[in-house]
Amino acid sequence: MRAKRRNRVIFVSSLIASLSIAFIFIVLAMNENIDFYYTPSDLTSSKIIDKDSLRIGGLVQEDSIKMSKDSLKTNFLVTDLENSIEVYYEGILPNLFKENSGVIARGFYDYSNGIFYAKEILAKHDENYIPKEVKKALVNDS
Amino acid sequence: MRQLFNQLISFPYFFKFAQISFPYLFLLSIFVILFGVLWGVFFSPVDATQGEVYRIIYLHVPAASVAQSIYYTMVIASITYLIWRIKMASVFMISMAPLGAIFTFLALFTGSVWGQPTWGTWWVWDARLTSTLILLILYLAIISLFSSFDRRSSTDQAVSIVVLIGGINLPIIKLSVEWWNTLHQSASITLSGSSIDNEMLIPLLISILGFYLYVTAIGMRRMQVEILKREISHSWVKKIFKESR
Repeated sequence: MRAKRRNRVIFVSSLIASLSIAFIFIVLAMNENIDFYYTPSDLTSSKIIDKDSLRIGGLVQEDSIKMSKDSLKTNFLVTDLENSIEVYYEGILPNLFKENSGVIARGFYDYSNGIFYAKEILAKHDENYIPKEVKKALVNDS
Repeated sequence: MRQLFNQLISFPYFFKFAQISFPYLFLLSIFVILFGVLWGVFFSPVDATQGEVYRIIYLHVPAASVAQSIYYTMVIASITYLIWRIKMASVFMISMAPLGAIFTFLALFTGSVWGQPTWGTWWVWDARLTSTLILLILYLAIISLFSSFDRRSSTDQAVSIVVLIGGINLPIIKLSVEWWNTLHQSASITLSGSSIDNEMLIPLLISILGFYLYVTAIGMRRMQVEILKREISHSWVKKIFKESR
């Protein structure tokens, strides 16, 4: 009975050990290509990301949104506070799209002129939840 | 302590314990859920950026939390079964897996409903959403194992091994939003505090408590049913049914 249980303990611990090693390998492998989006610094650095369709994410730079009056064309700057990239987009923007707020754009990056042509814009929400009245008070104070 | 543990893993004792405590626990859980969710939906303030749609948090976060916690406890049960062959551990896994599947689905569904107006999309293949979908598939795989073997002990062993292997997904779900760039935001409630305003946080914590109470109550009921299935020919079961007549 004792020997049997010892064998089971060995079985379970070797299973857990191999799972942990598998976990490390999975995480290391995923680090290469699991990121949902690239940052502007990733694109402007010398490393060329050669993809027809990719996503960039960051904050919409303050005072950078320019909307066309008679069409759905928009352009704005996406920044990671170090580098920024100009994004061109034609279409409907999500409700949460605004200055200094998170955004993810999917599309094509033209290395020759440094412009990102977006086909889809997603808004990214952060982890902060603030009531409207509190936010108003905070803005008024500052 | 040891005696208490021995009583809890003995089928007749657990059955009686669950029989007595289920109605209280169940009613309490319904009351707490209603209290937390109704407070959150009707009385907590509107979020400054998301507007009213943020209120889905009062279902989404409790469901996602319960969905993962059930799997954590199932991993502990699987190790217990694999080493000590405690039958109660396999009863626990088999009873909890369908609950885990339901709450994972609820978390994915409410997240999707929230994502459409907030992000601008129902679904993306980012690390958090994908690993949660894998959790749902794991639960379904475990459920499909229930009736795949003729012998009880083979089923219990197979379920335990699959549960343990699937446990690899749990740290990935937890850490996906911190290690990688994802569309899903990182955790609002952490050990060091919360980035949710208190007026919104308190009803959320109450709903989370309510969901945990509910899962405990329903889980105990399901375990009773599973115990009856296994022990139907035993004398203690017959005695209970005679008494209740």
